Amino acid sequence: MSTIDTDTARKVAKLARIAVPEDHLPALAGELSRILTFMEQLNEVDVEGVEPMTSVTPMRLKRRDDAVTDGGMPERVLSNAPDAREGFFAVPKVVE
Amino acid sequence: MSTSNSLTPNSLTIAAARDALRARELSAVELTEACLHAIDAAGALNAFVHHTPEIALERARAADARLAAGDAPAMCGIPIGIKDLFCTEGVPSQAASRILTGFRPEYESTITAQLRDAGAVMLGKLNMDEFAMGSSNETSVYGDVVNPWKIDDRKLTPGGSSGGSAAAVAADLCLGATGTDTGGSIRQPAAFTGTVGIKPTYGRCSRWGVVAFASSLDQAGPMTRTVRDAAIMLEAMCGHDPKDSTSADLPVPDFEAMLEGDIRGTRIGIPAEYRMDGMPDEIEALWTRGAEMLRDAGAEIVEISLPHTKYALPAYYVIAPAEASSNLARYDGVRYGHRAALEAGDGITEMYEKTRAEGFGAEVQRRVMIGTYVLSAGFYDAYYNRARKVRTLIKRDFDQVFAAGVDAILTPTTPSAAFGLGAMAEADPVQMYLNDVFTVTVNLAGLPGISVPAGLDRQGLPLGLQLIGQPWGEGALLKTAHALEAAAGFVSKPARWW
Repeated sequence: MSTIDTDTARKVAKLARIAVPEDHLPALAGELSRILTFMEQLNEVDVEGVEPMTSVTPMRLKRRDDAVTDGGMPERVLSNAPDAREGFFAVPKVVE
Repeated sequence: MSTSNSLTPNSLTIAAARDALRARELSAVELTEACLHAIDAAGALNAFVHHTPEIALERARAADARLAAGDAPAMCGIPIGIKDLFCTEGVPSQAASRILTGFRPEYESTITAQLRDAGAVMLGKLNMDEFAMGSSNETSVYGDVVNPWKIDDRKLTPGGSSGGSAAAVAADLCLGATGTDTGGSIRQPAAFTGTVGIKPTYGRCSRWGVVAFASSLDQAGPMTRTVRDAAIMLEAMCGHDPKDSTSADLPVPDFEAMLEGDIRGTRIGIPAEYRMDGMPDEIEALWTRGAEMLRDAGAEIVEISLPHTKYALPAYYVIAPAEASSNLARYDGVRYGHRAALEAGDGITEMYEKTRAEGFGAEVQRRVMIGTYVLSAGFYDAYYNRARKVRTLIKRDFDQVFAAGVDAILTPTTPSAAFGLGAMAEADPVQMYLNDVFTVTVNLAGLPGISVPAGLDRQGLPLGLQLIGQPWGEGALLKTAHALEAAAGFVSKPARWW
């Protein structure tokens, strides 16, 4: 049985960029552990020599010319932004 | 329960409405107004969450003009509901998530554009589980959808994630609805509401403009009251789309025409591995009856084996969260939707973390974190790659059965009838995942699957049977489903209480 401890849960939350309050971490760790335990049934399967699936339908992806076919609509691109200024998405300061 | 709904235009099938519209016995405006009225009276179901009556009436008037001119495709003037997962231009499209609050796309998904261009009338957007993650429609930011089927004081789930679509079709609020299915999200709610839902072959319907959950599994399809209606609506939704690289460049058959004829000689497989421990007698009995009905209609019933069935659910719950964690990385509070209020000194990382903590519900957070974990260094091979190998084996099981001459596979759609809203609140997340046990295999193998209402359980709730078809074989699958529907003779409707 797999267990995720509080430290691992904290690390996963950080990687997922989701703020999880410190006092919620033990419960989260328990939930994640139970789900992982369920997944560990997969260890019973003999997968020796089996290719991991990359595409469920045996079709070759279509190719197209690498050409600009759309664009020139900054107002529409920015219309849903929580903060847009002077034709750009605005975010908190990244570099001091 | 028997029908107590009066025969109003909104309770017509798509096929009957199409014929009445073309015969000019009914106008698209009258039909649309009947649906809008039914929607207004059905607030208790919480199925429609964004209402677009102005768009609906405008499109209905345009449809009437096309009908008058004799230029009317089958869906022309047919009022439908659109799952909130589909981006619709200028109309809120938020995947039932807080993180997409206020999002009004500047573009229209390919499927809804095709339906619009075929003359279909959009009535509004339908409730669902947040980002299509759920089997009971209890993870929505809009609140639970309530199943129109009711047997006592309890409010029942319509299933999920296309719960709003299923409830709206079952309650005659619209004639059909779009759904999406990543692990059973069309077929399970169809079974819980006595309606028909088909998930086509992966690649049949364009995914462009449909909010992504797990891109290698997601596929849209119609939810309707009859198999014939599913054939009509599916045809309007299919077709190659250069904007979706996985969209199949194949001709779209006339699915309705393919319903004709009988199913004599069709070989139907009954997979031994779907006979699960602890499966309710009623489900088992329904399954046996379904096989008998198909045999009586001329099909040949054969026992088959799909040996890796047991591993489909754990493989799915590795692959789907892994893809979701990647797809949902785009919700960062920069380009659209919600951004958390920041405190002095907060940088961009705090903005991401607070935005996503506020914007995503508990189940979405859980799946994003599971996906992050199984993709992280040191675990990628042990979980993600192993699950993808098991997926190869699951698909191989189906390939072998089809190569041996089986045309379709019959299984129950769900391990139970609809359960009470809140009944699973204290359960382990894994218990909820078990709802998908008969449906996820189909997504993992990219196959078409359809749920057909086949009877009522002892309590009087609908149960569905699932038919699984060969890749790109929707026409033959619909024909078999049509025969099953005719034999089952399911005509019950939920008695109106809302």
